[in-house]
Amino acid sequence: MTVKVQTEDFDLSTEAGALRRAHPEAGALACFVGVVRDLNQGVAVSAMELEHYPGMTEKSLDAIIEQARARWPIADALVIHRYGKLAPTDQIVLVAVATAHRGDAFAACEFIMDYLKTAAPFWKKETTADGAHWVDARDTDARALEKWKSPGEQTSNK
Amino acid sequence: MKIQLRFFASVREALGVADEAVQLPDSIVTVGDVRSWLRARGGDWAETLAEGRALRMACNHEMTGAGTRLTEGCEVAFFPPVTGG
Repeated sequence: MTVKVQTEDFDLSTEAGALRRAHPEAGALACFVGVVRDLNQGVAVSAMELEHYPGMTEKSLDAIIEQARARWPIADALVIHRYGKLAPTDQIVLVAVATAHRGDAFAACEFIMDYLKTAAPFWKKETTADGAHWVDARDTDARALEKWKSPGEQTSNK
Repeated sequence: MKIQLRFFASVREALGVADEAVQLPDSIVTVGDVRSWLRARGGDWAETLAEGRALRMACNHEMTGAGTRLTEGCEVAFFPPVTGG
C-alpha cells in the first residue's frame, strides 16, 4: 500500500506495471486518473493550484486505503495525488487497486476516490478570466459516499 | 494550555495567517471553544469562523467535531470543505 503526495507528474504505465509485476496473484488492476478540466461549471479554466495539509494528507489517504482493505481483499493499492500548479489536461490523481478479480478492483478504486474527494485535505484554486478563486465543495461528492454506507448509516438530508 | 493553530486555503487567505502558536485560557477545552475564542478577535476572524459557515476542523491531523477535547501541544486546523481528486 503506497501513498505519494507530490508536485511531479506520474506515468500511469510505469505505476501500473510495477503493481502488476509485484503481484502475480492479482488478476485485476483498476486505475483511475483524475485530470484538470479546461471548463468548470461553464467557466473556462486556464490554470489550477492545489494546496494540501502536509502530514494530515498522507494520514487521511492511509486511513482511506485501510478502510478499503477492510471491505475488499486488496493485494495492493496505490494513491498518487499532486499539488502545486497544474494546467488543463494535467493529471491530478491516480488511484490503482490490484485484486484477484475485477469486481473488487472496480469497487475499491471507486470507494477510495469517493472518500478521497470528501476526506483528504486538498483544496483547488482555479484561475479564470475573472481571476483566481477557490473551488466550492460539491454536494454530489458528499452524496457519493452514501452508496458505501450500510442502511443504518445513511442520512437523507446531506 | 499551549496549542498550534493551522489555517488552509480560503480560510488562510481570509485571515492572513497560515499558522500560529497560542496560549489558551483555562476555560477553552474543546476544538469548538477554540473556534469561538478566535471569533472574539472580531473582524475577519468573526466572519470567517462564524457558526453556519462551511468550515472543517481537524485535531492532530484527523477531521473532528466541535466537541473534541484539546490536549497540550495539539495541532488544531481550520479549513473549508475539501476539493481534491
